[in-house]
Formats: sequence, structure tokens, C-alpha cells
Amino acid sequence: MTTITQTRPRVAGRVRDRRDPFRATPLTKAALIFTVLLSIFPIYWMIVIASRTTAQAVDVPPPLLPGGNLGENIARVFATEDAHFVTGLTNSLIVTSTVTFSVVVISTLAGFAFGRLRFRGRNLLLGSILITMMVPIQQMGVVPLYQLMVNLGWTGSLQAVILPFLLNGFGVFLMTQYTEQAVPQELVEAARVDGASTMRIYWNVVLPAVRPGMAVLALQTFMLNWNEFMWPLIVLTPENPTVQVSIAFLTGQHSTDYALIFTGTALSVLPLIIVFIAFGRQIVGGLMEGAVKA
Amino acid sequence: MSLHVETGPRADARAPGRRPRQGGRGPRGRLPAMFDLRVTPYLLISPYFLLFAVFGLFPLAFTFWTSLQKYELAGDAEFTGLDNYVKLMSDGDFWNAVVNTVGIFVLATVPQLVLALLLANALNKRIRGRLFFRMGVLIPLVTSIVAVAVVFTQLYGRDYGMINWILGLFGVDNIAWQNEKWSSWIAIATMVDWRWTGYNAIIYLAGMQTIPRDLYEAASIDGASPRRQFWQITLPMLRPIIVFTVFVSTIGGLTLFAEPVLFNNGRMDGGSTGQFQTVAMYIVEQGFRRFEYGYAATVAWMLFLLILVGVLINYFLARRIGGAK
Repeated sequence: MTTITQTRPRVAGRVRDRRDPFRATPLTKAALIFTVLLSIFPIYWMIVIASRTTAQAVDVPPPLLPGGNLGENIARVFATEDAHFVTGLTNSLIVTSTVTFSVVVISTLAGFAFGRLRFRGRNLLLGSILITMMVPIQQMGVVPLYQLMVNLGWTGSLQAVILPFLLNGFGVFLMTQYTEQAVPQELVEAARVDGASTMRIYWNVVLPAVRPGMAVLALQTFMLNWNEFMWPLIVLTPENPTVQVSIAFLTGQHSTDYALIFTGTALSVLPLIIVFIAFGRQIVGGLMEGAVKA
Repeated sequence: MSLHVETGPRADARAPGRRPRQGGRGPRGRLPAMFDLRVTPYLLISPYFLLFAVFGLFPLAFTFWTSLQKYELAGDAEFTGLDNYVKLMSDGDFWNAVVNTVGIFVLATVPQLVLALLLANALNKRIRGRLFFRMGVLIPLVTSIVAVAVVFTQLYGRDYGMINWILGLFGVDNIAWQNEKWSSWIAIATMVDWRWTGYNAIIYLAGMQTIPRDLYEAASIDGASPRRQFWQITLPMLRPIIVFTVFVSTIGGLTLFAEPVLFNNGRMDGGSTGQFQTVAMYIVEQGFRRFEYGYAATVAWMLFLLILVGVLINYFLARRIGGAK
């Protein structure tokens, strides 16, 4: 009995130190470093192949360091006429910027209404948005969407890949949450008492307050839409593609020329990597904030 | 007597509900202000719902209508009732695509979410360079799906691919990854996992950071090991977020398209015997390579049902995580 009471505090102290759940063991660090290396490797590999000659790209054992042919390969990608790579890159920039800008505007407007205004049917309408967020409309509705575009004469044109993606329930949901959090109800009421109209409140009170939320939404929308593949592949022509469709064409027509394909691929992720380097902190922060709210 | 007692409180309860509504009629009765208060909210949400009607409701409803027709590129649509659905039931290619989709989904999602949990747990420790590690695991997310598919397809190449080269160092013969169900499923699943594990880990990490630390301290004092703390505290507290990620992964996984398409040089057939053709690929093949619009719409509806079933099953499975006390 006495022995137990004597030894207990000492053991507890040692155990507590060893069992601290937030202590990073060397194994944890090693695992994290390994994960980061694994995350970087395919991108590194893309650069290695993109900077080699076509013959070197299929060397066994594989080359592990970048070569000196990147500039030459870029010139070759641009010169590959049937891939329409420059058009694809330009189109993707136009489409993605337009979609991002519009989604942010539409979502902040609706988010303000849902987050801070009272109107009949508010809960029902907001609920309907949440439910439809679960339906992958762009995959499910391809057939009628395509027929719609045929009837409008829009197949092969950029509005065909812009308009369907302006529908973004997640954006409305995110901005509703953000407005509720960032815009105090009292501020809206005070502006009303001062005689401000709803649109004036939106412009002068809401927009400045929700700017960080807009940035998160813009980044996510940009990344999501840059990636879009199935719908552009269906509705656009090979002569007027987005960059993803252009790459699919490169892989289909020049499937053995990896130096060429990888250079195109590297160019296609360049805008995303620039965005990530510039806004990485906000992307991490935005994802984490969004996750806790959802 | 008893009736009287019952109606009393009910009338009372109704009254406070009415009062603010009457007060809300507006102290200022000016017409433009009234209009602004009443109508502007609807104007603000109208762009979204306009888009929703045209690019959401209409395609869904019309998909159903199209699925009831024999509707091909040449010739008019002809109403055939449930014929397409009957045909679908005995369509081996469709069921093959369903099996592939579900198989790849399970093969990709289960390891992905387990790894993401472990990774999040590691990221949640005290460690130097936290932002570096967080951004590091998110790097795959900023590559495009097409880029991932292209690079991995090359890595899985039969003759010159790095993966076969590494396996060759251990005496494994070159594998033609595209040729078999199991190998193509694994290859595609790794593409999905590489891109999304870090993302899910960051989401879990966000959830872990909202768990009060004193819970862990109390558990430590009671002598619970870190592993036990993970199972008894972290996992149950994360349940809503796990449900969220399962939900997102289910929709993403069951609509898988770009990876298997590019794994096969952009073709929709998913290999010589359709060994990795997914349902989304089957829709595009039927609708836009063979121009069987009606049948493609039928497959699209089945995809929707598949997602619905998948979401429900996963929801109930995920709800049980950490639920057993």
C-alpha cells in the first residue's frame, strides 16, 4: 500500500511526459517530410521530363535531374498546330476569370440576402441550395445541357463553358456563412436608420467586411474551374479548346512524345502554381476555416 | 374544464408570434423604402436562382424526359417509356462500368481518408515549420487533375515507366498497368489519392484544432495513451467533419472521369475490355461518341441514383465512427 502511494507520482510524471499527445516524435517528422517529398515528386518529375529531349524521356534508368531542353520544348508545344495550345491557354484564362468574377458577385449578393436580410421563404430557398449542392449537375445533366447549347448555337463557343459553371451553390453557402460572421446585424440596422438603401448597404457595409471570404471563394473557384475537363471536352471543338482539352489532344495524338506532353502539362499548371505561391497562406487558412463551418 | 385549461396557454403562445409581425410593418411607410425592404432581397438572390432554373432544374428534369425516349443524332425523338431502363438492366457494359466505378472509389477513398487522418494527426503536433508542412501536403491540390493523370500515366508506363523500373529492382517483371482490372484500378486510385489526401488532411486538421486541449490533458492525467486518446477523443469529435469529407469524396469518386480517360490516351472505352471504364465515361461514350442521347440520359439518372445510394450508405457508416461507446 505504502509503496504504491510512493511510486505513483513519479510514474505519473514520467508517463505524462511520454504520453503528451502533441509531442512530435522523430517518426512523425520523418513521416511528414516523406509525405511532402511524395507530394512534390510528380511535379518535379514533370519538370525533369519537360526539360529533356524526347529520347531521354524514355531512358531506363529514368533521368532524375532536369535537363536543358525546356525552352526548346516550350517552343515545340506552341508550334504543334493541331493542339491549339496557345488558344487553349488563353481560353482557360478567359473562362476561369469570368467564372470566378461572376461567381463571387452572385454569391456575395445572395450571401448578403440570406445572411442579413429578412424575407419570406428565406429558409426554404437556402435549404434548396444546400440540397442541390449534393447533385453533380454538370455531370448528370450533360445531355440536355448539350442539347441546350446546340439549340442556342453555342457549341464550340466560350459561353457554353462559362454559363453552366456560374451556378455554384457552395459559393452562396460560403458567403452566407461569412456574411453572418463578418457583418454585425446592428451595423445593417444602423445604416438603415441613416436612410441607406439595401444596395448601398451592400456596397458600403457588406462588401468591405466580407472581402477575406471573397478571396477564399475566388481562389477555390479559380482552381476548381481551371480543372474542368469533361464538359469542355464535350462541348468545345479541338480548334477552340480549353487548356485541359488541349492536353488531352496532345496525349491522344503525340502519345509517345512525353517531353512534349509534359511541357504542355507543366505550362497548364503554371497559373495554379503562381496562385498557390502568392496566396498559399490564404488557401490553407480558407480551407481550414471553411471546413470547421461546414 | 380540461378543454379550457388546454386552450389557455395555446392562445398565449400564439400572441407573441403575431406582435412583431405587426410591428414589422415598418415605422416609415414610404413606398420606395417599403419596396426596398420587401423586394430587394429577392433581387439579390435572383441571379443565382435564374441560373439554377436554366442550368440546374431544367437539365435535371429534361434528363429524365430524354431518358424516356429513343433519341439519336439522326431522326426524331420517339417516346418509348421505360424501354431505356429495361435495356439498361441487362446491359453488361453498364454494370461493368458501375462495378469499376464503385471498385475504384472504394480502393481510392478508404486508404485516402485513413491516411488523411494519420497525416492530420501528425500535422497537429508541435513542430517547426508548420506552414511549410501544411502547404507541402496541399501542393498536389494545385496541380490540375489532367496534369496528375498525364504524369501518373507516364510513371505507370509499361516499358519506360518509373514504377515498373523500381519494381524491376526488386525482381518484378514489367506490368502492363492498363491491361488488368486490378492493376488499372490501383493505378487510377493512386492518382486520386495523391491529389486529395493532403486536402482531406488539412480539413481534418482544422477540425482537430477546434477540439479543446484540456480534454487531452485530462485524459493524459488519467493515463490514457495517445493512441487511446486518438480513438476516444479525436475521432468522435471529428465525426461531423469526417461525414463531410466522406460526402465530398463520394460525389467526386462516383463521377470519376478525367483520370481513367487520360490513362487511356483520351479514349472513352476504358481499355480493350472496358476494365476501367467508369459510369461518367459510359455516359460520354453513349451520348457523344455513339449519339444515343436518350440512353445516355438514362445512364445519367442511374448515376444520380448511384450517388444517392453511395451517400446514404457512407453517411450511415461514417455516423458509426467513434459512436460505439
